[in-house]
Amino acid sequence: MAKILVVTSGKGGVGKTTTSAAIGTGLALRGHKTVIVDFDVGLRNLDLIMGCERRVVYDFVNVINGDATLTQALIKDKRLENLYVLAASQTRDKDALTKEGVGKVMEELRENFEYIVCDSPAGIEKGAHLAMYFADEAVIVTNPEVSSVRDSDRMLGLLASKSQRAETGADPIKEHLLLTRYNPARVTKGEMLGVGDVEEILAIRLLGVIPESQAVLKASNQGIPVILDEESDAGQAYSDAVDRLLGKEVPHRFLDVQKKGFLQRLFGGRE
Amino acid sequence: MNIFDFFRERKKQSSAAVAKERLQIIVAHERGQRSQPDYLPALQQELVEVIRKYVNIDNDQVQVILENQGNCSILELNVTLPER
Repeated sequence: MAKILVVTSGKGGVGKTTTSAAIGTGLALRGHKTVIVDFDVGLRNLDLIMGCERRVVYDFVNVINGDATLTQALIKDKRLENLYVLAASQTRDKDALTKEGVGKVMEELRENFEYIVCDSPAGIEKGAHLAMYFADEAVIVTNPEVSSVRDSDRMLGLLASKSQRAETGADPIKEHLLLTRYNPARVTKGEMLGVGDVEEILAIRLLGVIPESQAVLKASNQGIPVILDEESDAGQAYSDAVDRLLGKEVPHRFLDVQKKGFLQRLFGGRE
Repeated sequence: MNIFDFFRERKKQSSAAVAKERLQIIVAHERGQRSQPDYLPALQQELVEVIRKYVNIDNDQVQVILENQGNCSILELNVTLPER
């Protein structure tokens, strides 16, 4: 049975698209046929992060309006066999997405894919609402910072009351916390909320902690999902998170300050 | 505890601890509001309009609070009348 996974946060700029790209790619790497859907109508960006921006012909709204079939609009990833992207439309029409239209596309995707990853726009408006409405599971992307944590809590409230599962009285959406841009050194100094603090406030299951990493910008510069950078801390942390999403028990890494080795201290090393 | 201890105490609290404390308070407050029924703001507005027919009051002088105690709910109405 196909699973719809929404990546959401409420607040903007916390790493939703980076996470959608990483998790979707990670699922495909593990052999699951996956599609990542960009719900940010008007501000399409997933295509850039996935490196397929020049291959967008038809988008999500074209499919809803019947201007293109799903097969025409799905962009096949060049690196992975079973990974696809459905780009958001660049239209400025706020009502381009409708519940009926999105529902129909989701049904069709369910028949063809194992995982449907919905990249939610920021905010709690229509796009964000429709991105989470049909979801079975939700990844709440949060930065260890007050406004992001508050917005995440707000989003949890909406997931519990305004989703299809809530409205039909089905089992609630399974919620996962993903803490991104985590800086262990600052946490140690008492300058940043720790994992435990955020877990305590939001009270949902921790999926993973992604350290603040230079690899993320490097990956987005090149249009390569950061999870494919297997050498990087962020890539490895995302990889662990995908394993946990699939039910594997993996110990959390990158929670403590990485001690520099003797030679690294002597020569500076890569920061 | 003398005045110097007081300042030392305050300095000890890291900014992360302050953030956590503030978040716990605001999140608890907002969760409380979330469980309130949708009609409360409208009810409050209509009550203000009714009372205004007789006494001149501001919007924030009527408070409507719904409290849940076990299996019964108490609707608390607080109207502050202006000084005569």
